[in-house]
Amino acid sequence: MLIRKAPDLRFSDITPKSLYLRRREFLKAAGIAVGAAAAGVASPFATDAAAQQKQGTGHGGKLANVKKSPLSTTGEKLTSWDDITSYNNFYEFGPYKEDPKENAGTLKPRPWTIQIDGFVEKKGTFGFEEFTHPYPLEERVYRMRCVEAWSMVIPWVGIPLKDIIAAYKPTSQAKYVEFVTAFNPAQMPGQRTRMLPWPYVEGLRMDEAMNPLAILAVGLYEEELPNQDGAPIRLVTPWKYGFKGIKSISKIRFVDYQPKNTWQVMTPNEYGFYANVNPNVDHPRWSQATERRIGTFFRQKTLPFNGYADQVASLYSGMDPKKLY
Amino acid sequence: MKRIVLLKRITFIAALIPAAMLVYYAVQGDLTANPIEFITHFTGDWAIRFLVITLAITPLRRVTGWNPIIKFRRMLGLFSFFYATLHFLTWFVLDWFFNFRQMAEDVVMRPFITLGMATFVMLLALAVTSTQNSIRRLGRKWTQLHRLIYVAAVTALFHFWLARKTVVPQFQVLLVAAVLLLGFRAWWTLRTRVHARPSTAH
Repeated sequence: MLIRKAPDLRFSDITPKSLYLRRREFLKAAGIAVGAAAAGVASPFATDAAAQQKQGTGHGGKLANVKKSPLSTTGEKLTSWDDITSYNNFYEFGPYKEDPKENAGTLKPRPWTIQIDGFVEKKGTFGFEEFTHPYPLEERVYRMRCVEAWSMVIPWVGIPLKDIIAAYKPTSQAKYVEFVTAFNPAQMPGQRTRMLPWPYVEGLRMDEAMNPLAILAVGLYEEELPNQDGAPIRLVTPWKYGFKGIKSISKIRFVDYQPKNTWQVMTPNEYGFYANVNPNVDHPRWSQATERRIGTFFRQKTLPFNGYADQVASLYSGMDPKKLY
Repeated sequence: MKRIVLLKRITFIAALIPAAMLVYYAVQGDLTANPIEFITHFTGDWAIRFLVITLAITPLRRVTGWNPIIKFRRMLGLFSFFYATLHFLTWFVLDWFFNFRQMAEDVVMRPFITLGMATFVMLLALAVTSTQNSIRRLGRKWTQLHRLIYVAAVTALFHFWLARKTVVPQFQVLLVAAVLLLGFRAWWTLRTRVHARPSTAH
């Protein structure tokens, strides 16, 4: 069937940038023309075409000494670099999928600090290099299932979260880990709007955070993480919906309460704390039974825990699966 | 008279530009990483834009006093239906690929889809009764039936609102425009009724 071939017939690689840019210009112009009557709704995401190819949103530095991990998912076709870095939900840079690539050039991922706080022995603020340097980098190929029912397969480069947590020595009072994205409206234009309550917050139960699958990613395709994918460091928990993967982390707190993650605060009837991928629990507005893998035409079945049940299902034994969304 | 025909032709061609752009992006392979989602949003956006533009015609006529503008209303309404049809077909063919069970479930169980489908059915009813013949045949009923466009505007905006995880700027613009236009009509109707009352008393 002809239409099935569509994803292979992408010419974006050979399309001159100037031509490619016209789509955005057209969409903006159209939006502005229609919305002219409602002046005053100025978009903070308006950027001129000349500034589109910003530093930090294209290819970054090559990462050395990345070792392959046995925990990588095998037998799946990797999603292309272009798709992983041009189709992002990162509301700090705008509500549309193409916004982060276009706007994230303003983010400065270096110098970067990560603050460690809460029920932990080694409190303090640590530079990115100091925070990440002691650990060997691992490549982890994981499926990424978005709550919006699309998915990718991404070769992340990162550090097991459990190794980092162990180094800072949380105390016995630490029951949950809370992650906070950097708050910097000057660099993150979305934070100048009230689209979401800022800064973005996510959390994991301590045993979830210590699961070997959970990583803090600093790269993909053996390159430094581009800004739109959450530079310089982000969470990856492949058995959960993508929104759990908080980007551009600047604070990690060890707490004794269940953190209120941003989407749960925003829409509590649609998004919960656990957000484990579950084809049997529908989102109120759409089914979660199937997903569309980016780059393919037909939907495919979504797997419980996104196919990682063997490694993580035991974390939730005795819990009502309906409460785990 | 001739000028109107020319203007109508220009409007017709202009209204086809979004469809042409969509074809152009497809040929360029420039439909983002998720082409089906992009086409769905693109066609849905234009269906609502044309719906709001159609709603603007009568208020513009009242404000400017330029009566021939009414000759554009049907064509613009039909373009809203045209983009809504592309939007519907994208969902029906590309998104669910004739998976009738899943589509039926969505229409029944999910208000977001229910509202979209209801809007489409209303626009369909308006489109098939948009001919001169129907206007003549239905008479007064035609006017009543075509008030459905106000309902369709509300359900379409509701559908759009539910389609996104947050309130996007594009939605705010269309909402403000629709509220202003529907508000104008309500105000105009009230005003003319108040003015009409003394004359009916005679």
